Amino acid sequence: MKPEILTIMGNVHGLSMIAVSFMLGLGALGAAVGVGLLGGKFLEGLARQPELGGMLTGRFFLVAGLVDAVPMISAAMGLYVLFADPFGFLTAIKAAIGG
Amino acid sequence: MSPSATKSSSEYIVEHLTNWSVGKGFWALHLDSWLIGAMLGAAVFGFLYWGARSATSGVPGKLQNFVELLYEFVESQVKVVFHGKNDLIAPLAFTIFVWVFAMNAMDLLPIDLLPVLGLHLKVVPTTDPNTTFAMSLSVFVLMIYYNIKVKGPGGFLHEAAAAPFGIKLAPVNLLFRVIEDVAKPLSLALRLFGNMYAGEMVFILIALLPFWVQPLLGWPWAVFHILIITLQAYIFMMLTIVYLSMAHEQH
Repeated sequence: MKPEILTIMGNVHGLSMIAVSFMLGLGALGAAVGVGLLGGKFLEGLARQPELGGMLTGRFFLVAGLVDAVPMISAAMGLYVLFADPFGFLTAIKAAIGG
Repeated sequence: MSPSATKSSSEYIVEHLTNWSVGKGFWALHLDSWLIGAMLGAAVFGFLYWGARSATSGVPGKLQNFVELLYEFVESQVKVVFHGKNDLIAPLAFTIFVWVFAMNAMDLLPIDLLPVLGLHLKVVPTTDPNTTFAMSLSVFVLMIYYNIKVKGPGGFLHEAAAAPFGIKLAPVNLLFRVIEDVAKPLSLALRLFGNMYAGEMVFILIALLPFWVQPLLGWPWAVFHILIITLQAYIFMMLTIVYLSMAHEQH
């Protein structure tokens, strides 16, 4: 395979890895800030009315799961692109170098 | 269990993420999700049915206690959210919670347990987006059915066109309504799929590490994953109840 094409394929693979890092990093940022705010409000509400502890805890976990949903989806997609090589870049590069 | 010298890590990963698929293209059937989901459903509901059948009105035994505990938990959640009269919602919520929890719990099995016995399939049905979409699309169909049944077709269309901005801004209302109604089943399915898939992926990655590091990382992740399993089943159940109760709401 021509070296220019190999270079291009390597570049595209590298860019997709940077895309994966965006997906994981920004998702983690959003999830962390969201759950942190949620936890703060939960503790505040619990301090005001401790007798509602059980109900508030249940609702807290429910909303934490909702906040985590989209970052978790993007993390799953990112890990998939990172390791399972769905676009075939790594296998094509390896085949080209080996051949 | 680290991969053999002849296999690369990405091959190991891809092998553990492949379904036992029969057929090609659109008509490919993921037999592992189908069979394991069916077997788990039969096992869990058979167990609960046996508990319900052997119920006595005297002092309850342990099985009856357990079944009643589970039932009261789901019923209290339904009562908090749903203020109408519908005999389907509580059993549906119960089914969803118990079945999704059972399917998720398969993720706690060691990932190389079945491959060592020669079976190369995905043992967790909810890591297959087909399973999660099947459940969420069924809930979506029920949502639309109850919307039309409770409000009437005219009432349903009027609500879609007139809420929340008033009938003059009907296109905007319809756009919001369509986006909301597409986002509901999509997010329901993908939330469960994403959580389970990411969990399984981390287990596979931990399995690729040296054997002495594995318990150090694997044990905390497994304990955290137990929380995630229960939480995701609970969230799926709660959102089902909330969506169906929204379909019953009339102003």
